[in-house]
Amino acid sequence: MKILVPVKRVIDYNVKPRVKADGSGVDLANVKMSMNPFDEIAVEEAIRIKEAGKAEEIIAVSVGPAKAQETLRTALAMGADRAILVETDEEIEPLAVAKILKAIAEEEQPGLVLLGKQSISDDSNQTGQMLAALMGRPQGTFANTVEVDGDAVVVKREIDGGLETVKLTMPAIVTTDLRLNEPRYASLPNIMKAKKKQLDAKTPADYGVDIAPRLTTTNVSEPPVRQAGEKVEDVAALVEKIKALGIA
Amino acid sequence: MNTLVLVEHDNSSVNDATLAVVTAAAQMGDVTALVAGHDCGGAAEAAAKIAGVSKVLKADDAAYAAGLAENVAPLAAGIMADYDAFLAPATTSGKNIAPRVAAHLDVMQISDILSVEGDKTFTRPIYAGNAIATVQSSDAKLVITVRGTAFEKAATEGGSAAIEDASGPGDAGTSSFVSREVAKSERPELTAAKVIVSGGRALKDGETFESVINPLADKLGAAIGASRAAVDAGYVPNDYQVGQTGKIVAPEVYIAIGISGAIQHLAGMKDSKVIIAINKDEDAPIFQVADIGLVADLFNAVPELTNAL
Ligand SMILES: Cc1cc2nc3c(=O)[nH]c(=O)nc-3n(C[C@H](O)[C@H](O)[C@H](O)COP(=O)(O)OP(=O)(O)OC[C@H]3O[C@@H](n4cnc5c(N)ncnc54)[C@H](O)[C@@H]3O)c2cc1C
Ligand SMILES: Nc1ncnc2c1ncn2[C@@H]1O[C@H](COP(=O)(O)O)[C@@H](O)[C@H]1O
Repeated sequence: MKILVPVKRVIDYNVKPRVKADGSGVDLANVKMSMNPFDEIAVEEAIRIKEAGKAEEIIAVSVGPAKAQETLRTALAMGADRAILVETDEEIEPLAVAKILKAIAEEEQPGLVLLGKQSISDDSNQTGQMLAALMGRPQGTFANTVEVDGDAVVVKREIDGGLETVKLTMPAIVTTDLRLNEPRYASLPNIMKAKKKQLDAKTPADYGVDIAPRLTTTNVSEPPVRQAGEKVEDVAALVEKIKALGIA
Repeated sequence: MNTLVLVEHDNSSVNDATLAVVTAAAQMGDVTALVAGHDCGGAAEAAAKIAGVSKVLKADDAAYAAGLAENVAPLAAGIMADYDAFLAPATTSGKNIAPRVAAHLDVMQISDILSVEGDKTFTRPIYAGNAIATVQSSDAKLVITVRGTAFEKAATEGGSAAIEDASGPGDAGTSSFVSREVAKSERPELTAAKVIVSGGRALKDGETFESVINPLADKLGAAIGASRAAVDAGYVPNDYQVGQTGKIVAPEVYIAIGISGAIQHLAGMKDSKVIIAINKDEDAPIFQVADIGLVADLFNAVPELTNAL
C-alpha cells in the first residue's frame, strides 16, 4: 500500500503574524516558515504505519511556491520515500488543492491519504473532507488513533463531546488531530539522505486543474486589541473582584 | 436568498450550536432547517419551534443515525438544488460534513464566519484569529460554517415551521459507525457556559488538576477547560481543549490558571467578556489580555480563593 501525505508550508507556529498596514494580507516577508504542524503529525503517522509493515511507500506532496521544496525535504528527512511539488505562486484554495490531490491519487492509487486537519495559516479545515468527497471515498477526520486492519482502517476521532470510532473501507482519507502522535525530529544523516531522494516538479496545469480562486479577500485587518487590565495584590483582592462580577 | 441550515441534534433535541447558525442564516434570507437522523421526529419538532425557521426538512433514515459525513453530505448537496446557501455550525460535526457538501457542489467553503457583511461577503478569522479577513465569494452557491460565539442564539420558542420529509441516496456503504465515548457531566457545556475555569500544564497531573480546579469550578457553577498542554499530558479529556484548534469560547468570565497564554490558546478565549489569570510568572503573555491578574503560586492561591468564595 502507498500512503499519500499532503504537506503545506506555513508561517511557523511560534511566530506572531502581523497584518500589513494596507489591509492586503499578513506580512510573510522574512518570516520563519515551517511545515504545518498537523502535517508533521500526518507524516509521522504514515511512517509508523510503514514501520509496522502495513505500507510500502510514502509520497509527500505540496502545492505551493518553489520554497515548498524545503517542506518536502523535511518530510523526506523524517522518512517519506519521495515527493511531488506542484508549483504555483498563486494563493491556492482548499478546493483547488483537493482537485490536484485527487488527480495525484488517481495516478498513485494510495490506500490512505493522510492530511492535517487544518492549516494554521488559513484555518480552513476543509481540504481532506473535500478530497474525500471528490474521490467518493470515506473520511476519518480529527484522528486520535489510526489502525489499519486489512482493507479497512479504524479511526478514533476527537469530537466535541469526546471520542468517536468509525470504520472506513480503504482507500480512505484521514486527517490528523494533535493527540495522534508526537512527530520525530529528522536526524542529521537522514537530512543528508533526504537530499538525494526523488522530488518531482509539476504544475497545476499538468493535472488539468483550474486553480482560479473562488473567494476574493477584500480586506485583512487586525482584530480588536484587548487591553491588559490590572493586577491585584493578593487573593483577598481577587475575591472582591470576583464577587463584584456577580458570579459568586 | 434561500438558506439551508444543517441542524446539529441528538435525534430528540437540537444542539445549541445550531441556534447561532439560524441567526446568521436569517441575516442572509429565508431559513430552512435540515434535520438528518434516525427516529429524529423530536429534533425536527424542536427545530420547527426555533424563531426564524420557516420550514423543516426531516430526513429520517438509519443511514443518517450517526451523522456520517459520507451519507449526510450527498443528501444535503441534493437538497441544495433548491437553495442558495448551506450553513452549518463550526463544530466538529459541522466541520466534518460542510466541506464535503462544498466539494459536491464545486464551491469553496467559507469557514468559521464572524459576520455577514453583504450578499456574498463575510468576515472570518485567519492565523489563529490574529487577522480578520473579509472575503467575497464568486460561487453560484455558498457553503458556510458559522462560529457559534459570533452570533446571538435564536430563540428556541416562537417558530411554527411546517415539517416536510426529505430523502437522499442513503448509505454510501464506505464507512460505518463503531462507537462513541462521550462523558456525561453535570457541569455546563464548555461552549455554552457563563463561567469557565481552565487549567494548564502547571497543574502537574490529572489528580492534581481535579483537586485544584474542580472545587473552584463547583463554587462558580463553571465549566472546565484546559490548554493543549494539559490535554496532551492526559490531565483531562481532549474535548476540554480551548484554542485555535480546540473549542472557541466566549463566556462572561474566563479564569486561566497556570496557562501561559500562547497565541493558539488566546485564539479560543480572547473574546470572553472578563478574563482572569492566575500565574506565577508576572511576564506570562496571558496577563496582556487579562482584565484581572494575580501573580501567585496557584497551589496556594486557588485553594485560598475557593475557600473564600
Ligand atoms: C498546531 C498547534 C495547535 C495548537 N492548538 C492549541 C489550542 O487549541 N489550545 C491551546 O491551549 N494550545 C494549543 N497549542 C499549544 C500552544 O502553543 C501552547 O503550547 C499551549 O497552549 C501551552 O499550554 P500551557 O499554557 O498550559 O503550558 P505552558 O506554556 O507550559 O505554561 C504553563 C504556565 O504555568 C505557569 N505556572 C507554572 N507553575 C505554576 C504555579 N505553581 N502557579 C502558577 N502558575 C504556574 C507558568 O508560569 C506558565 O506560564 C497548539 C500548538 C500547535 C503547534
Ligand atoms: N497547498 C497545500 N499543499 C499540500 N497540502 C495542503 C495544502 N493545503 C492544504 N493541504 C493539506 O490539507 C490540510 C488541511 O488544510 P486546510 O483545509 O487548508 O485547513 C493540511 O493540513 C494539509 O495536509
